[in-house]
Amino acid sequence: MSAPLTPLQFTTAAGATEHRPLIITLFGLFVVATLIITVWAGRQTKGAADFYAGGRQFTGFQNGLAISGDYMSAASFLGIAGAIALFGYDGFLYSIGFLVAWLVALLLVAEPLRNSGRYTMGDVLAYRMRQRPVRTAAGTSTIVVSIFYLLAQMAGAGVLVSLLLGITSDGGKIAIVALVGLLMILYVTIGGMKGTTWVQMVKAVLLIAGALLITFLVLVKFNFNVSDLLGKAAENSGQGAKFLEPGLKYGKDPTTKLDFISLGLALVLGTAGLPHILIRFYTVPTAQAARKSVLWAIGIIGGFYLMTIALGFGAAALLNRDEIIKSNKAGNTAAPLLAQAVGGGADSTGGAILLAVISAVAFATILAVVAGLTLASSSSFAHDIYVNVIRRGQATEKEEVRAARWSTVVIGAVAIGLGALARDLNVAGLVALAFAVAASANLPTILYSLFWKRFTTQGALWSIYGGLVSSVVLVLFSPVVSGKPTSMFKDADFYWFPLENPGLISIPLGFLLGWLGTVLSKEEADPQKFAELEVRSLTGTGAH
Amino acid sequence: MTTEAAPPPGSAGPSVASSTAEEFVSVQQSPEFAELRRAHRSFAFPLTVAFIAWYLLYVLLSSYAGGFMGTKLFGNINVALALGLAQFATTFLIAWLYARHAAAQLDPKAEAIKKRMEAGA
Repeated sequence: MSAPLTPLQFTTAAGATEHRPLIITLFGLFVVATLIITVWAGRQTKGAADFYAGGRQFTGFQNGLAISGDYMSAASFLGIAGAIALFGYDGFLYSIGFLVAWLVALLLVAEPLRNSGRYTMGDVLAYRMRQRPVRTAAGTSTIVVSIFYLLAQMAGAGVLVSLLLGITSDGGKIAIVALVGLLMILYVTIGGMKGTTWVQMVKAVLLIAGALLITFLVLVKFNFNVSDLLGKAAENSGQGAKFLEPGLKYGKDPTTKLDFISLGLALVLGTAGLPHILIRFYTVPTAQAARKSVLWAIGIIGGFYLMTIALGFGAAALLNRDEIIKSNKAGNTAAPLLAQAVGGGADSTGGAILLAVISAVAFATILAVVAGLTLASSSSFAHDIYVNVIRRGQATEKEEVRAARWSTVVIGAVAIGLGALARDLNVAGLVALAFAVAASANLPTILYSLFWKRFTTQGALWSIYGGLVSSVVLVLFSPVVSGKPTSMFKDADFYWFPLENPGLISIPLGFLLGWLGTVLSKEEADPQKFAELEVRSLTGTGAH
Repeated sequence: MTTEAAPPPGSAGPSVASSTAEEFVSVQQSPEFAELRRAHRSFAFPLTVAFIAWYLLYVLLSSYAGGFMGTKLFGNINVALALGLAQFATTFLIAWLYARHAAAQLDPKAEAIKKRMEAGA
């Protein structure tokens, strides 16, 4: 995800342009199928619980699949495989934080959240507190995290599609961003959480099936001897044994090492604070089902990242390194190129079909993720800001759902606009920023709310705004935004914070401010409200 | 769904008809609830600290102990790869242990308290 997606034309060796009709057909099939599902889901979406939480009728397994579909972005599929193909071990190192992070969700967050919340993260954060200020803060943080994440995905979609289809014109890229945006608006406004969940489930199945197929074909070439595969990858990389050791990407100098620690911290603590993941726990009927969802998600996501080892090292072993770099500097096309190679090569029918299949899976992946992000931000705007802050909890259910649909349209339109403007900027760093805000602002506040009796409104506001503002400001003055050839604005130079990821500073700061705001607070925590939240969160009494 | 009635103004959710604020406080202070809280916290808190420390150790070794991580174990499998796979293994293991603990120690206690409260006892 920190891997920059660079718009370079697909080389003739990849033969993208001649396979364009097949790729478009497969992608079209996915779009048609998901739109049918969306319309079907929309017919069953009547009340607020349907729109926000899919009627809370999904099973643990279904939700586990949908969580995997929500979480595994194109960056984790193409990005990690590509990073392994080019940097060897460091690409793999990157994937581990994404998996371990799920234990925080499993042990501390998923079940209490399911038991005590209703539709949004703000429900739990504001439970014990003064509603309007904390709802505003939770809504702001939710929307900021989701929009950053969304923007990175939208811009990535434009780049990815131009890579895979060989579309490089400005108008073409804007059209792709607009198409992705339009589809996500349709999925969410019509299908609500139910439609979005099914899109994510379908995508997860396609992604796993695609990865399994390519992994199998790679392993067959090495008679299932992983050591041989690694040996060939190391030899082919030109780096020898170093390719299988940490250091090629993150070990360059003391700053990159520190940056990786900062990123690792944000990944492992950020996942359980991502609003688009948290709202998925409301789609199941009970805390036990929420637990099962996370268990399935850990199994599916873990299995998938294990397969990226075979995909990444397979690409390093079977493809020409220069070809990978020529196609895309960051290696984002390594997985589709590998699919083509194991299918029989550039000139074979098998190669053409597999390339098209993997490309279509990558598109499906983007659509499912952006739909989840749009839903998270519009839910929070409608439920936290509009209903509970502006209308002071006095809106009818009908008004609330209407507000949620309209906010989807507005947020979708904003995302299309920003995505089109940012199409030539390197915004991949925004995903890391989203994780950092989630870890610095959301997670401390969730944990203090659930487990610390004395936590007060002032503490909650300090941890949310402190974590949020410090992350954003540090990134603004980091090389992500200016001062380096890989920066978002490479011609400007106003950076003074050396790390690309602010987590090392902002996460401890978020926790510290939550504590400080509480102990310096003039008002005491409401013991009755805490009793209510604690009993409900652990027992499920009165859960929605 | 009957549980989806509009929330009272300013509240995160509907208050449970049969449970008043006093009841929540008395349940919270009951020995049964203390036992449930202890069963959750004494398992989840130390384990969280442990797996985060174990993950950070792995990240630190990867950043600052390149020589050790490059030691070959067998074939082309080195310490770095083995430790990376160990992170997967411990994640799966902890998930399984928690699922087992929750089913045996947490669910029955939570269910008993919930039943009692919803029966209005």
